[in-house]
Order: sequence, then structure tokens, then C-alpha cells
Amino acid sequence: MTARRTRSHMYEKAFIGLALAAVVLPLLLLAVLIADVIVDSSGRLGFDFLTGYPSRKPEQAGILPGLAGSIYLILLTAAMALPVGVGAALYLEEYGKKGRLSNLIEVNISNLAGVPSIIYGLLGLEMFVRTIGLGRSLLAGAGTMALLILPIIIISSREALRTVPLSVREGAYALGATRWQVTRKVVLPMAFPGILTGSILAVSRAIGEAAPLIVVGALAYIAFLPDSVNSPFTVLPIQIFNWVSRPQEEFLKNAAAGSVVLLATLLILNSIAIVLRNRLQKRRTW
Amino acid sequence: MRALTISTVLLALAVPGCQRENREPGADSAAIITVDGSSTVFPIAEAVAEEFGKRYGVRVTIGVSGSGGGFKKFCKQETVITNASRPIKPSEVELCAKNGVEYIELPVAYDGIAVVVHKQASWVDRMTVDELKKLWAPEAQGKITRWNQIRTDWPNSEIHLFGPGVDSGTYDYFTKAVVGREHASRGDFTSSEDDNVLVQGIATDSGALGFFGLAYYTENRDKLKVVPIDGGNGPVTPSLETVADGTYQPLSRPLFVYVNKQAAERKEIQAYIAYFLNQGRPLVREVGYIPLPDRAYRLAQERFDRRIAGSVFGGKGSKVGVTVEELLSKQ
Repeated sequence: MTARRTRSHMYEKAFIGLALAAVVLPLLLLAVLIADVIVDSSGRLGFDFLTGYPSRKPEQAGILPGLAGSIYLILLTAAMALPVGVGAALYLEEYGKKGRLSNLIEVNISNLAGVPSIIYGLLGLEMFVRTIGLGRSLLAGAGTMALLILPIIIISSREALRTVPLSVREGAYALGATRWQVTRKVVLPMAFPGILTGSILAVSRAIGEAAPLIVVGALAYIAFLPDSVNSPFTVLPIQIFNWVSRPQEEFLKNAAAGSVVLLATLLILNSIAIVLRNRLQKRRTW
Repeated sequence: MRALTISTVLLALAVPGCQRENREPGADSAAIITVDGSSTVFPIAEAVAEEFGKRYGVRVTIGVSGSGGGFKKFCKQETVITNASRPIKPSEVELCAKNGVEYIELPVAYDGIAVVVHKQASWVDRMTVDELKKLWAPEAQGKITRWNQIRTDWPNSEIHLFGPGVDSGTYDYFTKAVVGREHASRGDFTSSEDDNVLVQGIATDSGALGFFGLAYYTENRDKLKVVPIDGGNGPVTPSLETVADGTYQPLSRPLFVYVNKQAAERKEIQAYIAYFLNQGRPLVREVGYIPLPDRAYRLAQERFDRRIAGSVFGGKGSKVGVTVEELLSKQ
């Protein structure tokens, strides 16, 4: 009896050890990566870098158009993808009939989430840039990115909606609430933190993408900021990629500094979203 | 919920803006000069756009879709200027003609293609074009795999080949100059669109041989060994001088800018081209390329002023071993 207990105790310890290693290892790798880019950027990072425009002289080159482009693009992308994605998830979970068709849709959405991003770039080029005629604009880029992250938002929102217990819904119905009232007042607020978590992950993915945007027509050199959604633009990953591929080693420092800016942007945007989520969670009244 | 409402409002605000759209060159389009094309020419274009933009306050945007991708956009009137590291090809001539796009071809600089080996490959003192052809021809695939198959007194060890991606103008020109046919080479070589990857690969592999733009060698002199090339008149090492005076043959090539003829009537585009051809020399040198002789820039400006459309290459791709001056004088 005691022997068995000690053994299961041992297993538990080993498991905790493994789990701890699984947490520490990626964090360590991330720390090494961040330390490495910060060292490589060696002093290039500063106010001038953040507010400067690209230049042939590496020490004078700045990242402002990329930074501004990335932020505008992400806001626009979120504005397009979130309502549509959450709406689609709500319909599929709450309103749509379960059956062969809904299964087919579900499989297709899961498939779309795995399609390589460059394919979305080609789709965006044909659809937004050429057919709808948006040109190589922020709007076309954001549309493409919205398509790219839509499947992830739909899938994670559906998962979040499924976690709302049936008993809660039934309780609301029992009190005479309509389906819209149940969805609006009970299901959505309860699922909202989960929906936001999924959306944060999806939007984070969009910030790091370069390939589809190159296809859609994001630029390598632009010395002004977007002044409307029809403006041409560039984003951080493209600017970084551009610097990495230059022959002069000095440009690699810019690329490293650009990577730090990209990481910081991601961190700030995610923090804002998480704070927002926590505040919404606290406001729940039951 | 509030976040949802806010994003819906944002979307509603964003949508009405998308009606205003203008892809016709010549019309106002807020005086943006849209440039795209070769990644090789990009540093030159960036330098010119930077200085030109500062002086004239004209907005220039440059994309890097590669020479081929650039022509596709140019011929669909999505851009008014395209950069190219090779002359326009027959299929692109056709595409432009189909869309009614006429173009003015302007050479803007020279570039050399350097053949490099590992720093410690002491046996490689020079190579003839025939030796390069033997090594890179499509027939060599899987057969020519050891150094001593090229020259018998070279070591009996494996040779590893590195080259730019097959969509690049550099690859097109190299195959034309060495193998004799554009786009024809063996396929079993390590290729990368990023020349710095090639530099790293060759620098760390003692059996490596590869080729890329001269600037990538000049910036990495300490890591690589360059191979002098014998094009028939003795071995010549690539350098700013030997490319400029035309002795580094056949691996010197001109770089181009193509201008939409209709858009050439726009004042800001005339100013951009004039700036490129008249003030571009020091900028070209600064970013690691070789300026054309003064006379060639004058001839190019003349070509632009007279709006001579078409390619001096007759739309048939690169010609090897001719200088830009010779070509332009024929116009």
C-alpha cells in the first residue's frame, strides 16, 4: 500500500518536473532570442529610429512608416475580422441547424485555418486589389489580413460559446427570455473573455505576417505616413526583411532594432487587449 | 460588447473611403510616383527616391516584386516606373502591348556578377567561361559533382553549388552569359532569394562555389574568395573599375528603369528621371553599384526626352558583352 503510494508520488513529481521544463524551456528560448536581437541592435534603437524614415544610410534609417503602417493595418484588420468572425461563430453555434451542412462548414473553416498565408495574399490581390479595385492600399491589406485570421477567430469564438453551460441558457429561457435576449445578455457576456483571448492570438499572428502583404503590394520604400485607408503602406516585418537582405552589415543592426520594435508593439497591443478583457470580466454582475 | 460596437463603427467609417480610386497614370493620384521591380536595383532607387523626395517634396513609393513581378504590375498599369536587372522579355513585351502600355527603357547603372568560393579553396586561381558552362549547364546535373572533373589538377572532392533564386534577373543573366540560354541551368544547386544566405552558405562550406551581385562580395571580402573570370582575354577580377571599363566580361550587366510612356508626360516623373540620370552617379556608387559613363547618361536622357519607346534589345532578353553606350548610340 505504502509502496504504491510512494511510486505514484514519484510519478507525480516527475510529471511536475516535466511540466515545469515545458514552461521554462520556451521562456528561456524567448529570453535568449530577445537578448540576441537587443545586443545585435547595439545602440541603433532610439527616438530617431522610431521617428525616422527609411534611408540608404543605415545609421540614419528609421522605421516610422513601418510602425505606423503596422498599427493602422492591425486596427483595420481587427475592425473587419472581429464583428464578422464573432457573428459567424454566433450564428453557427446559437442559430444554425446542426446537420450535414454545418459539419461541412465546420470542416472547411478548420481547413482554411491551415492554409498557408501566401495563398491569402494571392486571393487578396485578385479580390481586393484587382476585382474590387482598392489598389495597393491599406484597406486591401487589411481585408487580406482579415480573411487570414477569420477562421481562427471563428473557431476560437465557437469554442468559447460552447463553454457556456446549457443550464444557464435554459435558466434564462425559463424566465421567459427570447433567443436574442439569451444570446445578447447571457451567452455573449459569458463567452466574451474566451472570444477575446482567441482574437488576441489571431491578431498577433497578423502583426508578424509579411508574405501575403508583399503579394498584395505593401512597399519596401515609402517616406510618408498613410493619410487614408487608400494610402500605400508598408509594415514592420517587410521593412525588417528588406534590411536583412542588404549586403551592408550595418543594415543588420537596423533589422535587429526593427525586430525589437515589432516585439514591443506586439507586447503593447496584447497588453491593451488583456487589460480590456479583464475589465470586461470584472463587470460581470452575476 | 462595447469593443464590438466600436469596431463596427470603425468599419462603417472605413468603407465610404474606398470609392476614390485611381490607377490611371497621368491623372492626379496625389502625385505619387509608384515604382516596383527588381530587388537588385532597389538600393539605387531607394537612394534616388530619398534625395529626390527631400528636394522636390514628391512622394515616391517603391516595391520589390523582382524584375518579373515588376513588369507584370507595370504592364497592368499598376505602376508607372519599374526597375529591372535585365531587359524586358518577349512575354512581357506581349503583356504590355495587350494592355496598351508603351515604355521607355533607360539604363541606369552597371552591376557585376561575382563568382565566389570558400576562403580556403586555394586551388581556384581563375576560371574560364567554358569551365563555368561545364559546371552549370543543365547536362551537368548529377554528373559534374567533383572539382577534378572541371580541371584534372583540382582536388578529388565534392563541389557544392549556390545561386540566386530562378526568378531573379541575376540568375537569368548568369545563365545567358555562361550557359548561352536564359533560364537554363542544372537544378541541383542550393538557391536562395536572399543573397546573404548564399554568402553564409559559401563562407561555411569548404567545397562551395556560387554567384551573386558584386556588392555582396565587396561587403564580405573577408569571408569569401572571388574567382577571376577569363572571358577569352585573360582572367579579370571583378571590381568597380573592371566592370565600369567593360573588361570584366561576360558577367557585367546593365540595370534598367522602365517608364510608362504616357506617364512620362507628368511633370514629377520628368523631374524624377532627370534627377536619376543627372544626379544619380554618386548615389549609385554609394550603394555599391557602378555608374555608367557620363555619355551613356546623356544618351539615356536624350532617349527619354525624345520619348523613344521600346527596348534596344528588341524585346529578346539580355545581350552579353555589349556596353550601354554602344546600344544607345544605335538609336
